[in-house]
This record gives sequence, C-alpha cells and structure tokens, in this order.
Amino acid sequence: MSQIQNVIEAQALTKIFGDFKAVNAISFDVKAGEIFGFLGANGAGKTTAIKMLIGLSRPSEGEATVAGYDVYQQTEQIKENIGYMSQKFSLYEDLTVRENINFYGGIYGLSRRQIRQKTSEIIEQLGLENHARKLVGSLPLGWKQRLAFAVAGVHDPKIIFLDEPTGGVDPATRRQFWEMLYAAADRGVTIFVTTHYMDEAEYCDRISIMVAGRIDALGSPRELKQQFSANTMDEVFLKLVRD
Amino acid sequence: MRRLLFIIQKEFIQIFRNKSMLPLMTVVPIVQLIVLSYAADNEVKNVNLAIVNLDQSAYARQLINKIQVSDRFILVDAPAAVQQADDMIQMGSVDIVLTIPPRFERTFLRERQGEIQLLVNAINGQQATVGAAYLSTIIRSFNQELRMDVSPRLVVQKQSTSPRIDIESSNWYNPDLDYKYFMAPGIMGELVTILVMLLTAMNIVREREIGTIEQVNVTPIKKWQFILGKMIPFLVVGIILLMVGLTAGKIIFDIPIRGNLGVIFAYCVVNLTAVLGLGLFISNLSDTQQQAMFTTFFFVIIFILMSGLFTPIESMPQWAQHLTIPNPIAHFVHVMRSVLLKGSGFSDVLFSFRVTVVLAVVFNILAVWSYRKVA
Repeated sequence: MSQIQNVIEAQALTKIFGDFKAVNAISFDVKAGEIFGFLGANGAGKTTAIKMLIGLSRPSEGEATVAGYDVYQQTEQIKENIGYMSQKFSLYEDLTVRENINFYGGIYGLSRRQIRQKTSEIIEQLGLENHARKLVGSLPLGWKQRLAFAVAGVHDPKIIFLDEPTGGVDPATRRQFWEMLYAAADRGVTIFVTTHYMDEAEYCDRISIMVAGRIDALGSPRELKQQFSANTMDEVFLKLVRD
Repeated sequence: MRRLLFIIQKEFIQIFRNKSMLPLMTVVPIVQLIVLSYAADNEVKNVNLAIVNLDQSAYARQLINKIQVSDRFILVDAPAAVQQADDMIQMGSVDIVLTIPPRFERTFLRERQGEIQLLVNAINGQQATVGAAYLSTIIRSFNQELRMDVSPRLVVQKQSTSPRIDIESSNWYNPDLDYKYFMAPGIMGELVTILVMLLTAMNIVREREIGTIEQVNVTPIKKWQFILGKMIPFLVVGIILLMVGLTAGKIIFDIPIRGNLGVIFAYCVVNLTAVLGLGLFISNLSDTQQQAMFTTFFFVIIFILMSGLFTPIESMPQWAQHLTIPNPIAHFVHVMRSVLLKGSGFSDVLFSFRVTVVLAVVFNILAVWSYRKVA
C-alpha cells in the first residue's frame, strides 16, 4: 500500500445546460479504497457531477477517468467496473428480492453459480431470510436502501457511487447503512458518496464541498475544520454556503 | 446472449405478475371480437321506408306486398299525403319515401307505363344509395311480372326486339355474404397490433418514470440487448393473443380457415416485430406515459381508419391508397382476410411480407438508435 492509486481523476470537469453551468470546472482525485464524501447544498450540481462520472451524462468540457477509463470514450468499460445507487430507489418494486438480485447479477454477466452465491450472501448479510420471496415494493425504505446498495455491488465493482443514499430514513437506519459502507471500504471498494447530512460527512475519509457548481473545499474532515476554524462540519458547510 | 435471457425473464415475470395482463390477453380480445364483428356490419338492412299510396289499386298493393316481403326494409308508416312523408324525411325518421301516384294502375294499363317516385335521404350516403338500389331492383322485377301479366304476347315480342341481359352473380369466398366472416379476421389482426403497440409504447417510458431505467443504464448492457429483451416477451404476448382470437373466431363465428395458419403466424411475427419497434421508438421519445399514449393513439387511429378494415382501400383517393402501403394494420387485415377466406398462400401475400419486413427494419433501427443510455 505504499503507492495508492487514484481510481477517479477529474480535471476541470464541466457540464453546461443551455447557458447554465451546472458543474463548473471541478477537479479532484479519489484514491483506491477511500470513502470520498461529495457534499453540497441541494442544487449545487452533485447529481450532475456523479452522472458524468458513471457514464449517464456526457461532460461538456474537461477530462476525467474512472477506474482508469475515459468518461467520453469508454463509458461501457466504466460501467463494468462501477456500481451505482441513485437517490431515487430504482430496483424493480414488482420483483422479489431474489428476482432483483438475479436480474442484476445476470446483466452484469455473472454465472448462475455466482448469482446463487451472491444471492445467499446478500440475503444473509441483510437478514432478509424471511423476505427473500417478497416483492421489493413491500419492504420498508431502510431495507430497500440497503438492498439497493447490495445490488449495486453484486458484480464486485471497484467503485460504488451513491447519490444521497440515506434520504428519508431515521438516524439509526442511517447508521446501519454506513456500517455497510465501512464494510465495503474494508474490502477495498472505493466509495463515492454524495450527501447533505453533515454527520455523515464526518464518517468520510476525505470530502469535497460543492457550492453553485464549484468545489470550494477539499480535504479530510479534520483538515477542513482547521482550515475554516470550525468545530463541526456543520459550521464549515455554513461558512462556505454563506459566502 | 446470456444477458438477453435475463432481460427476457425479467420482462415475463413483470408481464404476468401484472394483474390486468391476463384479462387483457383473454377477455378483452374475445369481447372486442364479438362486439365489433356483429356491430361493424356494412350490409344495408333495416332501411326505414314510408310509402305514400295515392292509388289504392290492386297493383299498388301488390307492389307494397313485394317490398314488405324483403327483409331489408322496415315499413315505418304509410302516410296519406306526400307532405307528411316529406316531414318524416326532414325529421330523419325515414330514409326513403316511395310515392305511388294516383291512377298508377290505370295509367299503366292504358299507356303501358307507370311512374313511381323515390325520395331518398342522402345524409347517410350508403344507406340511401344502396337502399334505393335495392328498391329499384324490386320495382324492376315487379315491372317484369306486370308485363307478363298484362300481355304475355307483348313481352315475347318485346324480348325479341330488345334482348335483355340477366345478371347472375355468385359470391366467391363468402358465398352467403356473411359479414362476420369478412370482419372477424380483420378485427383480429387489428386487435393484436394495437394492443401490442400500446403495451410496448408504455413500457420503456414507464421504467423512465419510475426511475428503474437509470439503474439499468449504469450496467454494461448493450442497446440492442435491451431492445430485443423488451421485444421478445411482447412478441410472445401478441402471438398468444392471435391464438386466442383465432380460437374464439372459430368457436363463435365458425370463421373459415382455408389457408395455411403457418403463413398467418409467420406474418404475425414479422408484423409484430415492426409494430413493436414503432412502440419502443415512441416510448424512447416520450417523457411520460401520457405522452406515449397520445402519440400511440395518433398512429393507431390513422392505421385503423386507413387499414381497409371498415372502408375499402380501393375506394380511397389515389394518394390515400399510397399512404396505406406503410400501414402495418392494413397489411395484417389483408393477410388475415386473404389467407383465412380465400386460402391464399405465401406467394399471394408476398407483397405484404416484403413491405412489413422493411417497416420492421426501419422501426427497429429507430428504436435502438433512440434508446439513449447516455444523456
């Protein structure tokens, strides 16, 4: 672990809609195995930025590589190597837990044996033994979110992108969710997570804070608190947004 | 290839888990087939007729009897004055008024000719012209009988001087002129096409509305795999629909199946491939299910009205006839009718096959092209 690689590199990445710069020349690196917090107020451009990185949206300008692949030319290779959990729950609610895992395992190209193995792993890990044959739509939101994260990692990707994964659930459930993120990071998966909960920001190895399309701060939570002479991430955030 | 199987499997689970799907595939087509086949009857029956009989002679009564025997006319009223009959036409309660003038019989006997007036309400063009034609035929044959009756000799003489042409027609492929035989096969084709097109048009856009498509778009799935995976299940649904329709048609109407069912199902596959492509194309371009539905209706209505199902293509203006060439429903209706009623083989409907294959290629290229994984 002497030389830690960058798995995401962005240089002046920009997305313009009409005459609106949703993302304005952001630059950052994410190192392999770290939990990178991508913070910002609502509408700061986090989702747009994430969509450029995962190949759902073409950047207008700038450079970026994800898992070593170019975001303009090699989106399909990027997709082989990443998982994604969107802010809106997007597994099939009219399929069961098992069927969802089976479907995503299948389209990521896992073998039947691998799918079976993954399915029992996920069901055990989430404690869903009694719910595996239930429709996903009938599960509580907290369970859905954890299932969505597990499915995003069904093909053992190098990086998992999460866009506000814990919206709308109580702090205890959020805590549980973050334990899953830590466990994944321990296995060496890079976690790229957007949030606007500042307590979650404290859990990250490094964070960037976006304000109006730009990255205004970048560093570990402790560095940022020093830099802005604040006691909590909340204060850091408020100082940035007020300016 | 394996990825494709997973998509197909998932679509099938979703289709059959949807509670409205099974009735949609069984009850709906049968009900529509029955209702439309009986109702969409172009045969002119039940022409409302008023007869103003100002003569009250034996001949006049004979003529009226003859008309009443025909089951095409309903004698609504026999007003005493022409004015009353005119009012009835104005009110729309009567399609045709037949006026037998005073001294009809006497004039006929004396001057060897008689005059009868027909007033036709031509607002309903078909009812009017066809009804009037029927009535004229009855009057003409009455005329023949009268001449025989009055002076057989004279008729013989007349015949020798002016030979008459008698027309004997025989109705091929549908000898009893059973309208249901004509309508039911066409309606089946139309039903299958529309249902399948609507279902697919709603499909992708529904995933976009719910948000599930985003999760699929971040997977390394290929565009053609996705489109094909959406298409094959609905193709199967369409084929099941056609089977249900044919079985129902056979049991309920005893529609003839003179040709090879293989040709029909082969054409069904080609046709549905085209229609599915169009449906998916519409779905890709729409942002909401509502939009997709309205766009589909736009096509469906044009397709149906210009399919030759209800009005013959041959009587459309030339430019409109050209427009029916890229109409998948027109070809389906044509193939169903030709194969079922006439026993046409593959080579007889080759033109429809060719056109539909071209449509299938074009629509599916559009469908794959318009499916954007990257915005």
